[in-house]
Amino acid sequence: MIIELGHFAIILALAMSCCLAVLPTLGVYLQNPVLLRSGGSLAAGMFVFTLVSFICLTLGFVNDDFSIAYVARNSNTALPVYYKISAVWGAHEGSFLLWCLVMSSWTLAVSQFSQQLNDDMRARVLAVLGSLSIGFFLFLIFTSNPFERTLPFFPSEGADLNPLLQDFGLIVHPPLLYVGYVGLSVPFAFAIASLTSGQLDAAWARWSRPWTNVAWAFLTVGITLGSWWAYYELGWGGWWFWDAVENASFMPWLLATALVHSLAATEKRGVFRSWTVLLAISAFSFSLLGAFLVRSGVLTSVHAFAVDPERGVFILYYLVIVIGSSLLLYGLRVGKMRVTVGFGWKSRESFILANNLILTVAVVTVLLGTIYPLMYEWFMSGQKISVGPPYFNIVFVPLMLPLIALMALSSLSRWRKTASTVLLRDQPLRLLISLGMTIFCCLLASTWNLWFLFVSLLCFWLIVNLLADARYRIGRHWFAGLLKQTPSYYGMWMAHIGIALSALGIVTTLTLSEEIDVLMSPGDQQQMSGYEITFQGVTRVMGPNYSADRGAIEISRQGELVEMLYPEKRLYAPSQNVMTEADISVSLWRDVYVALGESIGNQAWSVRVHIKPLVRWIWLGGVLIALGGFTTVLDRRYRNRKVIRARQSKPDPDLHLSAG
Amino acid sequence: MMKGPGFLLPLAGFMLLVAILAVGFRLEDPHLLPSQMLDRPLPAFSLPRLSDSSKVWSEKDVYGKVRLLNVWATWCPSCVHEHPELMRISQEEDISVLGINYNDDNAKALAWLKYYGDPFDLNISDHDGQLAIDLGVYGAPETFLVDARGIIRYRHVGVLDQQVWTDVLAPIVAELNQLDREG
Repeated sequence: MIIELGHFAIILALAMSCCLAVLPTLGVYLQNPVLLRSGGSLAAGMFVFTLVSFICLTLGFVNDDFSIAYVARNSNTALPVYYKISAVWGAHEGSFLLWCLVMSSWTLAVSQFSQQLNDDMRARVLAVLGSLSIGFFLFLIFTSNPFERTLPFFPSEGADLNPLLQDFGLIVHPPLLYVGYVGLSVPFAFAIASLTSGQLDAAWARWSRPWTNVAWAFLTVGITLGSWWAYYELGWGGWWFWDAVENASFMPWLLATALVHSLAATEKRGVFRSWTVLLAISAFSFSLLGAFLVRSGVLTSVHAFAVDPERGVFILYYLVIVIGSSLLLYGLRVGKMRVTVGFGWKSRESFILANNLILTVAVVTVLLGTIYPLMYEWFMSGQKISVGPPYFNIVFVPLMLPLIALMALSSLSRWRKTASTVLLRDQPLRLLISLGMTIFCCLLASTWNLWFLFVSLLCFWLIVNLLADARYRIGRHWFAGLLKQTPSYYGMWMAHIGIALSALGIVTTLTLSEEIDVLMSPGDQQQMSGYEITFQGVTRVMGPNYSADRGAIEISRQGELVEMLYPEKRLYAPSQNVMTEADISVSLWRDVYVALGESIGNQAWSVRVHIKPLVRWIWLGGVLIALGGFTTVLDRRYRNRKVIRARQSKPDPDLHLSAG
Repeated sequence: MMKGPGFLLPLAGFMLLVAILAVGFRLEDPHLLPSQMLDRPLPAFSLPRLSDSSKVWSEKDVYGKVRLLNVWATWCPSCVHEHPELMRISQEEDISVLGINYNDDNAKALAWLKYYGDPFDLNISDHDGQLAIDLGVYGAPETFLVDARGIIRYRHVGVLDQQVWTDVLAPIVAELNQLDREG
């Protein structure tokens, strides 16, 4: 009964989304104030019904209702209750219901926190979000319905959740990632609304910015968590695989990063308008494309959901309708809204332009690498190949290095034009300091690897410049100076520091990691970069729905115990899946990562040990980047209605354009 | 500076991308791909017979006759539901019915067959589900039609009842038998 209620609620949510797409639009054209303002309540209705259906499915999981096909396939009575709840989004159907819930939450948020928008704009934005939701709900109900029953003959026990997904990482990774993915629909909706209304002005950029920053920050957290989860759960010690699905989340992130920057230029200086709109459309398009790649089975990947051609066809049509029509609208309208605003080549605008160029080229290279296997299969009549990390490392890394160099100088730049003296003042000294720090690190790590040397130098140069810039801005009275800085500045600063830390972590882990695979009998000891690794044998332990061989491995340094590690090899009873659970000794400076391989008999096991210096910095940097994104939203100018009104009422012929 | 039509370039680029995805996805016949194994030979296997685990069967032993392969298990209530239809098919229809006992206990499975009746010419004991995984089985019951050369010709997911037999399977079986006789 509960599940039918959920099914019914999702159909009502679909009805709400249809009304949301149509009624406010009618309001715009008929100038009917009631219809114009109907968006808020319709968005609320859509959210409530989606939430009800989500709760109903969750209850199905908690109550072990195996008459629901989706529950029977993804849960089990032995599963701990928190995994039963996270199993709701553990496979395709439920995760798409979560996607819909996130979509309706964003829609509700836009309707609630857009008081500064005029009624006309608000109605247009909500109508776009409603239209997007129609497609999502239809997809859920017709191709991926999680509410289907297996009556009358239902199994008495469920097949269990994929053991890979029985983990804290899975509880939080998909929801955060979806919040980011779907959040990009908001700047998309703003872009479409401003194209249809012809108001492609600074106000549009100012409205879009906080939404874009938040969505981008969530996407950053989602990707960071995914990388962290892959690292400790997949048992390979890798943290990024250039897997098709990772790329599917990385491409919208790169575009959203470009968008975050170009929106700043559009808001402050009115430049790059047509480009910024195109970015807003592209960023969301790529998140839809990602959904297609993941859920259609067109590419194979460790993330692949159950393959169903019907779903792929549906999403492909959806892509064509949504992206095709918005790019058509863009092509037809944006040319008439062009304005020319000049800027010098040493200005912040130039830096942002270069940033956007590099990021766009990066997206194109990742896209090519991702769909190349498809094209190959097409041209070479059915042969399959995969494009591995070597391709991405060769094309992607050289793009990121100039980006870091640009970043180092950009924080010193000013809008319109920057004097060379400001840009280049003290640079020899700062470069010298960075070089000193790099050489110190090289001595510390006793390596002269050129990659390590070069990337560290760039990162330190970026950090030194950021510190010097902050010092300069804060001035003599540092407490007052700290208060004087805007949240936007803090956000930028944190995010750029985050990039430097991540890059340092990546280059150190890539160049200085050590890895051994050894056979060990109880009592055996292995030396590795100053650590003694002692294998103490394996015991059998029982978990709620698995049994495991648990190894005991002592990590010590110069005779002093650092940590006992207990890696496991688990056999999940319901699904008969074997899983490797690595155990990691974590610290800010290095991880010791231990995983059990195969039993060789006689109590001997193959043991894999990695020592990964600075690997934590990769995710620490990611967290800082996201925090930076969230911080910018605190900026007063996004909240204060009066300020915006006052600014808007200022006559500024440059910023008020009509679509002709 | 870009002129008007230049702004349509992104649309053109997108259409190109869609074309690649659509072809990569073989948009023309999505419904012919319910199983990746369709029209491929049976995956190689070497599994014991259910009744006598000393005798091992491989995919080559399946060749030579048009076969109906039924994936079943004692833990599967829907298998009881479709069982009478399997009994009828094995007695009345011109096809050899083979069973793949999936993720099951041998003793239980034999007791189950004794209790409900045995429609199978032969049962393969797929204790670890290896063959089922190779076949891309979602769960039990599932039914495959295999021609005399060991090529998988059809897959039915879920309960096999009289309607499925007459509407879907019987015509295919008739066609496969015809082809077999023509050699």
